Amino acid sequence: MPNHAAEGVEMTSTASQARVQARHLPALARFARTYGLQIGIICVLLAIWGLFTIGAPKTFLSSEIYAAYMSTIPFFAVMALPLTMVVIAGEMDLSFPSIMAMGMLVFVRVFETTGSVLLSFILCLAAGFAIGLLNGVIVVRTGIPSLVATIGTQFFWRGAVLVITGGRPASLVPIKGTLLYNALVGRWGGYVPAQMIWTVVVAILVWVLLNRHQFGAHVYLVGDNEDSARLMGVNADRTKIMVFAVVGLAAAFAGVLASLEVNYFWVTLGEGYMLRTLAAVFLGGTSVFGGTGTVLGTFVGCFIIGAIEAGIVAVGLTGFWTQLLYGLIIILSVSMHAMVRRKLE
Amino acid sequence: MDYMLEMRNISKRFGEVQALRDVNFVVAPQEVVGLVGDNGAGKSTLIKIVTGYYQQDSGEVYFKGQKLEDLSVAKARQLGIETVYQERALADQQTLWRNIFMGRELTTRNGFLDVRKMKRETEKLMVGSMGFTSAAVAPDSVVRTFSGGEKQGVAIVRALYFDAELIILDEPTMGLSLSETRKLLDFVGGIKEAGKSCIFIDHNVFHVYSVADRVVVLDRGMVAGEFLTKDIALDQLMDKMYRVAQTGHLD
Repeated sequence: MPNHAAEGVEMTSTASQARVQARHLPALARFARTYGLQIGIICVLLAIWGLFTIGAPKTFLSSEIYAAYMSTIPFFAVMALPLTMVVIAGEMDLSFPSIMAMGMLVFVRVFETTGSVLLSFILCLAAGFAIGLLNGVIVVRTGIPSLVATIGTQFFWRGAVLVITGGRPASLVPIKGTLLYNALVGRWGGYVPAQMIWTVVVAILVWVLLNRHQFGAHVYLVGDNEDSARLMGVNADRTKIMVFAVVGLAAAFAGVLASLEVNYFWVTLGEGYMLRTLAAVFLGGTSVFGGTGTVLGTFVGCFIIGAIEAGIVAVGLTGFWTQLLYGLIIILSVSMHAMVRRKLE
Repeated sequence: MDYMLEMRNISKRFGEVQALRDVNFVVAPQEVVGLVGDNGAGKSTLIKIVTGYYQQDSGEVYFKGQKLEDLSVAKARQLGIETVYQERALADQQTLWRNIFMGRELTTRNGFLDVRKMKRETEKLMVGSMGFTSAAVAPDSVVRTFSGGEKQGVAIVRALYFDAELIILDEPTMGLSLSETRKLLDFVGGIKEAGKSCIFIDHNVFHVYSVADRVVVLDRGMVAGEFLTKDIALDQLMDKMYRVAQTGHLD
């Protein structure tokens, strides 16, 4: 027995020595562990940009293409950023494209009745927030996996828009030139699309919320280990409900941006955004298993996804190549994330 | 007599399973109470009621003479009840400082995190209480890279940091090396000296006997008996526990 005991102690001490060695250069290793994925995704962006610039220098060395990017990428980036929080919390939301449309329907109807742009905008955001809140409540109260629950609400709200409108779109031309229009989708300094500024604002807000606020701390904890979080007194249910609500709010906002940009409300608003928004989140290194993910990663991911479509045409390929390259880049990047993550453990 | 903790006629049922039946359980100030019993005896359920994780179906809980209603984990921790769980209750992919302050983050106004203060406190705890001397461990280290003993150290230091008056240790020696176990048992003695109370749950009767003032034996959701460790020899206690597990009776 005493021999055995001595052996046991010996074994743990060599094991801990080995661990200390494995943690050699701790500061560097820690830096790599903390920022490795973010550096990786920035490299991917630079590589793609480099290839496009070589393939179509005229296009990619002039400013117009960047103005175009800054006008279109925000429509899904303002959703991808808060959606990152949902994924970090270990959940999924597929209903945001429909929330865009439902929120915008509220906007249109309130504007038709009251003529107030501001009131329309506020109620539109409130509707998005409420629908998101409902998503959260359904997920938390019923225990249905959020992937399934939000497939349901995605159909429901799209259906509601179609039923209420009878499929008829609405013109937003009267809103053109208003203060809200200029603030949301005008061109600042004659060049920078306002929606790009708003995307940066949303990115900063989400970053602060995730990294410097108790709410964000709980988002990470709940996604990492929900049982632990509950045992230590984190209100996991409230945290989850709130991340869904924030995505709902953001989706309504994105719906306003996308509709005002074209001065038209289409009942199909949001269709086509689902996959690229999700792709941007996962490209950015947010783990589908929850607990990890960064705002910077998603931000860069949005630009990769957004750059590909125009880039492909610019370098002389047909638009048919778009999806193939989307797929390739997503598979490569997500594999890279998985491998980097395993290396860092 | 004023108890630190008093539980009266606690019953709890999970579906078909009656986990606890009319359990009476007290902890005096500065007392270490060992809670023993076979798997499924209801030990974890009982303490998870104290910590606010479960709500009892019937019965009352008093903490320092005050009746606890609608207890939640957050509320229990605020009152001064901290727990080191069997499952450690850590978030593996998060940093050390985020784990230490899990659920009780230090905030400035409006819920904004006081990150600098939490890192500074973590640094202090690492040197002072956890005994982490390795240069590789920092407040920003991810907990996943820690050994079992180090993780347990994190869970214990977390319970101590908030100056709890009642510390609950649920199977704390599980997965620890011999020297780590020794350290843990010394630590339990320290809790008592600091004037705090402790509930100590362990499968290993040797461990419980060596630190507890009193041992409560749970069996199939009921209290089968309790003994002051000064009045009973270790082999007698083991004998009784064995008999309880077999027959449901102490003698």
